[in-house]
Amino acid sequence: MADPTAITTQMPDGVREGTQPVEMLLNMGPQHPSTHGVFRMVLWVDGEKVVDVEPHIGYLHRGSEKLCEGEQYHQVVTLFDRMDYIGNFNNELAYCMAVEKLMGLEVPERAEYIRVILCELNRIASHLLYVGTMGLDAGAMTPVMFSFRGRERVQALFEAVSGARLMHNYFRIGGLKEDVPDNFRQLVGELMPLLREDVEQSDRILTFNEIFLSRLKDVSPIGADEAIALGLTGPMLRACGYEYDVRRAQPYSIYDRFDFEVPVGLDGDCWDRHWVRVQEMYQSLRIVEQAMEQLPEGSVTSSLGRRLIRPAAGEVYIRAENPRGEIGVYLVSDGTDRPYRVKVRPPSFCNLSALRRLLVDTWLADSVVVLGSLDIVLGEVDR
Amino acid sequence: MNFLVDLAWSALGLAVMFAVLSVIVLSMTWLERKALGRLQLRYGPTRTGLFGLMQPIADAVKLIIKEDIIPEDSEKAIFWIAPVIVVVSAFVIWVTIPGGDSVVIRNLPLGLFYIIAFAVIGILGLVLAGWGSANKYGIMGGLRSAAQLISYEIPVVLVAAAVAILAQSLDMREIVAQQSSYPYLLVLPLGFAVFFVAGLAEVGRTPFDIYHAESEVVGGPFVEYSGAHWSVFFLAEYINTFAIAALTTLLFLGGWGGPALPDVVWFLFKTYAVVLVVFWVRGTFPRLRIDQLMAFAWKVMVPLSFYTVIIAAVYRFYGLPWWSLTIMSVAGLAVAGWIIYQRMTGPARRVAEVQRQLAARRAATGART
Repeated sequence: MADPTAITTQMPDGVREGTQPVEMLLNMGPQHPSTHGVFRMVLWVDGEKVVDVEPHIGYLHRGSEKLCEGEQYHQVVTLFDRMDYIGNFNNELAYCMAVEKLMGLEVPERAEYIRVILCELNRIASHLLYVGTMGLDAGAMTPVMFSFRGRERVQALFEAVSGARLMHNYFRIGGLKEDVPDNFRQLVGELMPLLREDVEQSDRILTFNEIFLSRLKDVSPIGADEAIALGLTGPMLRACGYEYDVRRAQPYSIYDRFDFEVPVGLDGDCWDRHWVRVQEMYQSLRIVEQAMEQLPEGSVTSSLGRRLIRPAAGEVYIRAENPRGEIGVYLVSDGTDRPYRVKVRPPSFCNLSALRRLLVDTWLADSVVVLGSLDIVLGEVDR
Repeated sequence: MNFLVDLAWSALGLAVMFAVLSVIVLSMTWLERKALGRLQLRYGPTRTGLFGLMQPIADAVKLIIKEDIIPEDSEKAIFWIAPVIVVVSAFVIWVTIPGGDSVVIRNLPLGLFYIIAFAVIGILGLVLAGWGSANKYGIMGGLRSAAQLISYEIPVVLVAAAVAILAQSLDMREIVAQQSSYPYLLVLPLGFAVFFVAGLAEVGRTPFDIYHAESEVVGGPFVEYSGAHWSVFFLAEYINTFAIAALTTLLFLGGWGGPALPDVVWFLFKTYAVVLVVFWVRGTFPRLRIDQLMAFAWKVMVPLSFYTVIIAAVYRFYGLPWWSLTIMSVAGLAVAGWIIYQRMTGPARRVAEVQRQLAARRAATGART
């Protein structure tokens, strides 16, 4: 058994120094159906057992953070869309909140509500994608069809609201781009029961399936202390039984106004992560319903209008709960119309750093499931 | 002269068998697409002809005209011969599988033995394919297939032996004739269950599709194959699936026995029904892990198949009435099913219990808003 903490630097001919050549080097990805994009793992396997793993990231590196420095504040929103391209609205929200905090801007009430509604719907859409791909990773080909139906419905609503299914570019600093369509209430009202049904169906078909349980339960469990030490956040951390959700721990936007639970797991294994995500979808549905009831009338656009903004020199750090975990945005302004520095703490990147801890000494088939349970988005990992 | 006539008839028979099986494979691919589509909220093929019936033809044409890539590092001879071994063993067993009382190429007195003996040879082809393609995923898939198929061969053989004990014959026609009053499903439900499940594993169907697991070993032994070579594997896989369904029909469902309709129609009807169940299972379940798969083979399937053989032998030896075998078989099935159910739903019940406790604790401490 190799020391899992040892950093491997060489891999000549698939055999590491000081080991017997019983381990085989297996290069998984970037072109592999279940590495969720262009992630590459170099696995050392002893038969079917994973002995060691070395993640290679960066195939999708676009220098997003550096690009932000060359764009005006309003334009940066589009770059945040392209980081976590599954949870776009949540990303936009984090960036907008950072600039608003830096400038001390008030956001209109209605805009806050619409932001929360869209963010929570986006969380559901993201988790639905997760459920489907988790099913595929575990070898079930049907759940993805059920969950994508719900995801498509949410995206149709997003398209009606923002004009785009994925790269919305809808949140603005201090508000929204424009008000939602006149029939927004009707659209959401029609969507909600259907979406609840989709969530329930994709839950029922997979979560307590006996084979699925035996594949995921007790696979790479991790304790809460260790999870915190590794910097895990979001469902990864909550699956360990640690109740930490930024929406609750440090309520941003208007999350303190809603009644929702923070589902937690117990053992921190793959199945608990799955369960936590599924339960989060139900909680998000609750939040959307409450927000729709309370949705006030009024303006949604910022008092700034479309003027170029030049925040005073200074720096700010903001955190928010993304579908994948805690996103942090560190923004430095030097008083010009472009940010001096934008640093993102991407949740999937930080969660991915636990990969070696989670994968060593599991089965080869588990490596796929564990990677699926991390629920990474490569656009965000590589930025 | 007689010899030549015989040879000509055999060649003709084989040609007809090949043609019929090819048509069956085409129909199965269409059926699988349609059945899976219905399970998955979609239509399946619709654009190619009526109900997409021409889709298999289009697929076949596409596969054949595709470039056949042979990896440079591969063992060329092994790479070439492996699909041939797989497909020949898949076709050869059909020589003696009857589709009706007189619909058979050559009925052998030891037909069941012949079928099982030749079905094993396909494993060699899969291992060679994995090894010869010089791909690590291929090697893993090939070794997985060896482990899996050899393990699951044992329950298949033992249950077939139990059926042979019941029928006092290895002749497929004789076995079916013995079931004219009641199908063996009624006397050996346990044997039927073991045979069907082990048969699923034997042809690498979900939830036992370990050796070509798409999400782990990316097709396993077939990973480097393309074009016509790959389509040969594909052909063999579907013929094997159909063969397992046909054997299930012949050994347990009374073969071609049935009222009114011609025997071939009954045979095809029952076999396609079994095939549909295979597709249904595919659309429903995830995949087992390799250790779970092996544990299931040696801890569940093999003991159950031994039990099946023993009760069949006891029944024959003492000349008990036929319903006594049913009782023994159902008892075995019930006990095994209960244990498996408890084992498989154990985690689910534990999880549900824990979640209930968590919810209760939340309610006790007062739900925060």
